[in-house]
Amino acid sequence: MKHVIKAILLIGAMASGMTAFATFPARALVEIDVNKGNVEPLPIAITDFLSGDAMGAEIAGIVAADLQRSGLFAPIDKGAFIEKISNPDVAPRFDDWKVINAQALVTGRVSQEADGRLKAEFRLWDTFAGQQLAGEQFFANKTNSRRIAHIIADAIYERLTGEKGYFDTRVVFIDESGAKTARKKRLAIMDQDGANVRYLSDGRSMAMTPRFSPTRQEITYMSYESGQPQVYLLQIETGQRELVGNFPGMTFAPRFSPDGQKVIMSLLRDDGNSNVFSMDLRSRTTTRLTNSSAIDTSPSYSPDGSKVVFTSDRGGQPQIYVMGADGSGQTRVSFGGGSYSTPVWSPRGDLIAFTKQSGGQFQIGVMKTDGSGERILSTGFQQEGPTWAPNGRVVMFFRDQPGGGGPKLYSVDLTGRNEQAIPTSGFASDPAWSPLLD
Amino acid sequence: MRRIAKFATNPVVVALVASLAIAGCASKKTPNNAADLGLGGGAGAATPGSSQDFTVNVGDRIFFDTDSSSVRADAQGILSRQAQWLNQYRQYAIVVEGHADERGTREYNLALGARRAAATRDYLISQGVASNRLKTISYGKERPVAVCDDISCWSQNRRAVTTLSGAGS
Repeated sequence: MKHVIKAILLIGAMASGMTAFATFPARALVEIDVNKGNVEPLPIAITDFLSGDAMGAEIAGIVAADLQRSGLFAPIDKGAFIEKISNPDVAPRFDDWKVINAQALVTGRVSQEADGRLKAEFRLWDTFAGQQLAGEQFFANKTNSRRIAHIIADAIYERLTGEKGYFDTRVVFIDESGAKTARKKRLAIMDQDGANVRYLSDGRSMAMTPRFSPTRQEITYMSYESGQPQVYLLQIETGQRELVGNFPGMTFAPRFSPDGQKVIMSLLRDDGNSNVFSMDLRSRTTTRLTNSSAIDTSPSYSPDGSKVVFTSDRGGQPQIYVMGADGSGQTRVSFGGGSYSTPVWSPRGDLIAFTKQSGGQFQIGVMKTDGSGERILSTGFQQEGPTWAPNGRVVMFFRDQPGGGGPKLYSVDLTGRNEQAIPTSGFASDPAWSPLLD
Repeated sequence: MRRIAKFATNPVVVALVASLAIAGCASKKTPNNAADLGLGGGAGAATPGSSQDFTVNVGDRIFFDTDSSSVRADAQGILSRQAQWLNQYRQYAIVVEGHADERGTREYNLALGARRAAATRDYLISQGVASNRLKTISYGKERPVAVCDDISCWSQNRRAVTTLSGAGS
């Protein structure tokens, strides 16, 4: 993934009449308050980008799909459009867009440079205020056309919600195939919308629980490759693999520290219990963080690296505990009815996502880091494994439905609204969201 | 046919299991009995000391309560018989596999499977099996033997299986 070069487009064609209109806007600039309990999706018109080929329509389609899946936008059917955009550098006829209730309008152009690179530019308009809200252009390798569309969708999302986008991201997951009694489990990676699937292991040995490095094109995961479950690192681009540490027993449940320099994981003790360790990837030194005669697993760092949340059954059943990154001050934070596991600290630092088992159901939920304010986002027969979008607004997880034959991926908004199935060709589990790409 | 897995741990019905295996009635979906372990052929009378003998006549697995790794009273008898057999046939190395049902999350169940395997290993050691013959591995909830969406399967999947390797199998 090479960088996509970006530049800000200024509006050069704002007519003087428009300026006057903009000075006295009939209404506040269009925006979406994502923190409201029930957001009405914003009607937005996304016109096909001008191009000499099909790419213009393709990019507009990807942008529209991203925005629609977020649940915050309602792209308007192209068939309703009145104005045909012939020059995206000049202001559109706002009345034509207001009449179809398009509160925001996206126009753009994509072309090929002499050196073969793609040039894509877009403008975002507030139709009721009659103003350009954003305008940018990007240059990228031709194979990155989908990425350009995701970057444009992120720019639109950010301008209209005030939050960082999450569309230019990838998801690493486990592709599952074969009978449940002998399931084949392969590492796989795809764009967050399910496109560009690539397999990272051949399935000869079971792989599971992959997690992205926050700083490099690298994942950590667990595999039965050596016969014993052990934690590995994998460079995504080169395919280079490496065992993490040299431990006698099973290592599992790995995650990176926020600076990417450590892996935190569980190590099986000889007595059959599991404790949490961290390993510095440069010095190779390991540090024991827990020492209980219980199962301590699924550790996850807070985004500032100062704390770790984990699962322990030291109290009799799995519950969520928080401790300092040095293992100090281990404190239980989950107290609702049922058991809690797979805690994952939000990238914003304010919430912990978890899996809760209660009343024969599995729930995905979030709580504040002291355990208060628990909210359930999704309930099902069998579901687990939340992972956060890098902006902390969306959680992805996997669900197995009775009679469904295997797990599939879903995402849900932090408000519990807008559950979406993530398309995968086969069964899929253990999703882990990447940071925003560079 | 899943039931056969349980019956196989009960000597009273061993003859029945064996005859089913001979008759070719053993379902391919039932990897728990001797025939499906590739030990079939003339399974009528397992050769004493063979791994088929161990699986069919001793019982290669025990079951656990939900979220528990305590060796139940009904499992202690099976493990005692396993230990007796293993102490008689010392040519085998032993791997105890720990498993969990699907009603838990992946990483916790890996740890739970490991704790079940260790509890089983420790019981065998307490019955005189040399610790240097024993290894453990956890499969968590990744290798169920019974597939359905209710308790009849989950109870069969919460198990520790004593598998034989090394010479003589």
